[in-house]
Amino acid sequence: MGKLSKLPKIYLTVVFIILYAPIFYLIFYSFNSGGGMSDFESFSLEHYGAVFEDTRLLVILINTIVVALLSALVSTAIGVLGAVAILFMRNKAMRNAVLSLNNILIVSPDVIIGASFLILFTLIGVKLGFASVLISHIAFSIPIVVIMVLPKLQEMSPSLIDAALDLGATKRDVLTRVIIPFIKPGILAGFFLALTYSLDDFAVTFFVTGNGFSTLSVEIYSMARAGITLTINALSGLIFLVTVVLVIGYYMISRKTKSPLAGVRK
Amino acid sequence: MNNKPLRPLYTVPYAAWIILFVIAPIALIVYYSFFDLAGNLTLDNYKSFFSSVYLKLTISSFWYAFLITFFSLLFAYPTAYFLTKTKHKQLWLLLIIIPSWINLLLKTYAFIGLFGLYGPINALLEVMGIGEQQILFTDFSFVFVSVYIFIPFMILPIFNALDKLNHTLIDASRDLGANAWTTFSRVIWPLTLNGVKSGIQVVFIPALSLFMITRLIAGNKVITLGTAIEQQFLVTQNWGMGSTIAVFLILFMFIIMLITNGKEKGASNNGKTK
Repeated sequence: MGKLSKLPKIYLTVVFIILYAPIFYLIFYSFNSGGGMSDFESFSLEHYGAVFEDTRLLVILINTIVVALLSALVSTAIGVLGAVAILFMRNKAMRNAVLSLNNILIVSPDVIIGASFLILFTLIGVKLGFASVLISHIAFSIPIVVIMVLPKLQEMSPSLIDAALDLGATKRDVLTRVIIPFIKPGILAGFFLALTYSLDDFAVTFFVTGNGFSTLSVEIYSMARAGITLTINALSGLIFLVTVVLVIGYYMISRKTKSPLAGVRK
Repeated sequence: MNNKPLRPLYTVPYAAWIILFVIAPIALIVYYSFFDLAGNLTLDNYKSFFSSVYLKLTISSFWYAFLITFFSLLFAYPTAYFLTKTKHKQLWLLLIIIPSWINLLLKTYAFIGLFGLYGPINALLEVMGIGEQQILFTDFSFVFVSVYIFIPFMILPIFNALDKLNHTLIDASRDLGANAWTTFSRVIWPLTLNGVKSGIQVVFIPALSLFMITRLIAGNKVITLGTAIEQQFLVTQNWGMGSTIAVFLILFMFIIMLITNGKEKGASNNGKTK
């Protein structure tokens, strides 16, 4: 607070206003008894009621959350293993090659990931639907986890492991008591980013989803193309609420894990 | 290290992922690019890519991606810089990230209302005496919404780079008589260049391939390489031509990665491994 002078404060305020304006605009009109996003008639919860009455929409909402949680869990597990594998790679050229391969999916445009996965699934006979969407989300989240975990692993001094071994720790102890606590912030960050990527993904899902299965993004896309419906607004209000709760939870966890780590690092 | 017996355990799942979901999909895209609609082996797709239609499309796609990246960087750098100066910087950074957690489609949908003819922006313009403007379905709205969507991803790497910056270097620069601008251009900017480069990477390449925003906000006026691929794959069902455009998009992606990665690796290796 004290460090910032006036102009930067104004700048940041404007940035925050622009970032949040569309979201609050959506939420504001979700309480509109009218049908559009221009004239606010009177306060009403009817659109929220509509969300909860729409079983199809609720199923899609649950689909989206299940896919996000499952894909984040699996991709975090594989990603952490991958980061360890890269760390222990002796051959520098090999390590760089693997890192480049790792980054391909991060920088690949969604459209290419979607299109190529569509070809892949069609070829090996994976039915388009829940399975193909879940597998794709796991696949494109793994490199993000690796990127979040690897720097933490590299930051860890090898003498820390040597010290633990000298003090009589088993390999298992080294992993659970030294390595994992040390890289925990990276793992958490990776998990939450994977969650974000999955919840946010539209393009890849759009390609690999079949007729019977849909996620929120795909559904909103088809609704938005048809025009403005305030059900989408009500939905965005609910999503925003959940997001804020999640973020507060994440912030609490990361603060708790950070304080002892800060001591270790110094 | 001495983890030999454990090695397969942590290597196999990750290696399988690389082969199945990184190498195989690219190989399949390249393979399919040589087939026409009837399933014959041909180079026709490549010939038509170099026709004026697709060349124009590529150039305009690059131009929009450049604009989007440029404005993202222009607004993201000061934001990231000021954020590192705030007291609870991690919390503020989190607040920047929250909007990126809100579904991409919802944010885009919000702009349909905001920029609409009867939306608040037009109402404001009316009050200011400028009068009603067609904002939706223009180049401006397309670039604005894209920057809005991408800017958190530009802020994040720059923030991390700035946050890692050793403050004694800035103090040293000041002590040696450099003014604020010199300190920025000679010390801060070069040391955070890696963050800027990865920011450019995560904005420019997706910007080349947007298709949802073009449909919803630009009203099909802007066609990017992404729109073309989506069209070929899902509407025309011409996987061959779609793959060919994808091959070129992958090529562009590699070129951009080479440009933005080249120095970064050397620098980080110098600092870290030895």
